[in-house]
Amino acid sequence: MNVHEYQGKEILRKYGVVTPRGIPAFSVDEAVAAAEELGGNVWVVKAQIHAGGRGKGGGVKVATSLEQVREYADAILGMQLVTHQTGPEGKQVNRLYIEEGADIADELYVGALVDRETQKVVLMCSSEGGMDIEEVAEETPEKILKIFVDPTDGLDRAEAEDVCEKMGMPKEAIKEGADFLEGLYEAFVKSDASLAEINPLVVTGDKSVIALDAKFNIDSNALYRQPEIVEYRDLTEEDANEIEASKWGLSYISLDGNIGCLVNGAGLAMATMDIIQLYGAEPANFLDVGGGANKEQVTEAFKIMLANPKVEGILVNIFGGIMQCDVIAGGIVAAAQEVGLNVPLVVRLEGTNVEQGRKILDDSDVKLQTASTMAEAAEKIAAAVKA
Amino acid sequence: MSILINKDTRIVTQGITGNTGEFHTTQCLDYAFGKDCFVAGVTPGKEGQSVQGVPVYNTVNDAKEQHGVNASVIYVPPRFAAAAIDEAVDAELDLVICITEGIPVADMIKTRDRMRKMNSKTILVGPNCPGVITPEEVKIGIMPGYIHKKGSIGVVSRSGTLTYEAVHQLTQLGMGQSSCVGIGGDPVNGMKHVDVMKMFNDDPETEAVVMCGEIGGTDEEECAAWIKENMTKPVVGFIAGVTAPPGKRMGHAGAIISGGQGTAQSKIDALKDAGVHVTVNPSEMGSTLKAALS
Repeated sequence: MNVHEYQGKEILRKYGVVTPRGIPAFSVDEAVAAAEELGGNVWVVKAQIHAGGRGKGGGVKVATSLEQVREYADAILGMQLVTHQTGPEGKQVNRLYIEEGADIADELYVGALVDRETQKVVLMCSSEGGMDIEEVAEETPEKILKIFVDPTDGLDRAEAEDVCEKMGMPKEAIKEGADFLEGLYEAFVKSDASLAEINPLVVTGDKSVIALDAKFNIDSNALYRQPEIVEYRDLTEEDANEIEASKWGLSYISLDGNIGCLVNGAGLAMATMDIIQLYGAEPANFLDVGGGANKEQVTEAFKIMLANPKVEGILVNIFGGIMQCDVIAGGIVAAAQEVGLNVPLVVRLEGTNVEQGRKILDDSDVKLQTASTMAEAAEKIAAAVKA
Repeated sequence: MSILINKDTRIVTQGITGNTGEFHTTQCLDYAFGKDCFVAGVTPGKEGQSVQGVPVYNTVNDAKEQHGVNASVIYVPPRFAAAAIDEAVDAELDLVICITEGIPVADMIKTRDRMRKMNSKTILVGPNCPGVITPEEVKIGIMPGYIHKKGSIGVVSRSGTLTYEAVHQLTQLGMGQSSCVGIGGDPVNGMKHVDVMKMFNDDPETEAVVMCGEIGGTDEEECAAWIKENMTKPVVGFIAGVTAPPGKRMGHAGAIISGGQGTAQSKIDALKDAGVHVTVNPSEMGSTLKAALS
């Protein structure tokens, strides 16, 4: 689960990380009031969407008067903000964060994530703040310093100070820098984060260390013990179809292609997307109905796929293990009838009770083609949408 | 021969009184030598009960003392599953297979750290995996037994139904399996591709291996590097997720391309470079292996 920058900063502050003072705003008037309350003479008006690259897309502006705060807030609120992470259609900005300006002397980068190889949390630290860290990793990997944190002992203070020095922090800032790393690690662990990125981390003119940005992603398997973070969920930032799917226990991701696919199991679902492309069409979604899907879930899955106007055909690929093919076949027939299927459908069933399943499909009035292998299924649906 | 499990394995089901635990233990009891292999169950507070004739104990230690169990399979709900692994590790079982999906990553980091620091000899498979099967001997997990056939092909995979797809293709082509291992789709887990590959290489009854990988992490690349230097048997590889976009989690917690790492292409390139017979068509895993062996 993703959270907004201002929510990420709330998490950080709980663990002693210093951030600029700021107030979220949902309207232009609220934005101006927030700036007045913060005081000072420099404010940053920041679009709050769940995507990076907001500055480059015009979603972050520095204002030096309350009139400018009003002007920028008016421009940004409601805009379709396009960044390299939003896709070409962009995301509508519904929230702003008004923050006091910071006296930036140096910009650094720190990210925390789980390293799968060592099975530890790793802090990735770089002097190249503000940059796209993927570019830094690609072009100058030696500029990324890594701290692998022992899960029992926690962050080693001496190592943290050493890395701060190597990142190029001035001597006077090392203590605050190490405090920051400790706070970030604690925030990461205690909030069950799977990613926390501070880009940039800033050293100010008077050598203070503050987190100027915060991107947090929380492990969805741990939300049951993070009630405060669950409150942060902003449904307007999520794909409506993905939300609807999750209500039914379906794992769904929208893609750009023309073939809807319904599969049991994540690996087989990805393999099905791949084979659709191999036969000349493009998958419109990833959809895993899980291990024990029932008729209702299959019906919902069809509704969600068909709600996508790009879908020109549907491929169902089920390998019945515990899930029985006859039950699934019954679900497909019922779903097709209920939703009034109006695009070509190819069904590939294999596994437990496959013969009974195929018979149910053959005996039904639903217009569909069956296939016995994944390749045959992909070939048939690709041909059907071209016809 | 086989790897990890055979008809002499003595198994305890942790979480046997839950619906999932009971259902799958029943299925496993009915498979081949299952009746001899599944000897005990554990659910705290339910000692003295029995499930399908299998006696239930409060702790893994009790089950071990009474029945000499050396392996466990876990169907405990996600929030208690890491503690269930810890308990099996403390009981010094040889093998723990965790089927449970949805365990917080932070819990698994602690459990794996604990295993390393106590120099545990226990092998962990999973979590979030279908389990392990040695066809016509014993099945530990949720895979459909009947698609398997005894033989000499090893199968290792991060995904459940994709493994069944591979096994089904092999069986249809008359190629049986020595053992099939589902290592699971979570970012922090026990055995990795390379660990299973080493075992298959050492197993005299395994002639060749089918490996199904997917996007995310670098397990497949590490396995490829090992294969290149050490593997003496043919390997067929398939990587799922060529069409998966970066930054989107494809169902499995581990199946996500991030920071330019974990793409299908980098895995395919590494495997090809290691001499693995890579197919990009998931319908051709079996036929690619057949061609590689002829």
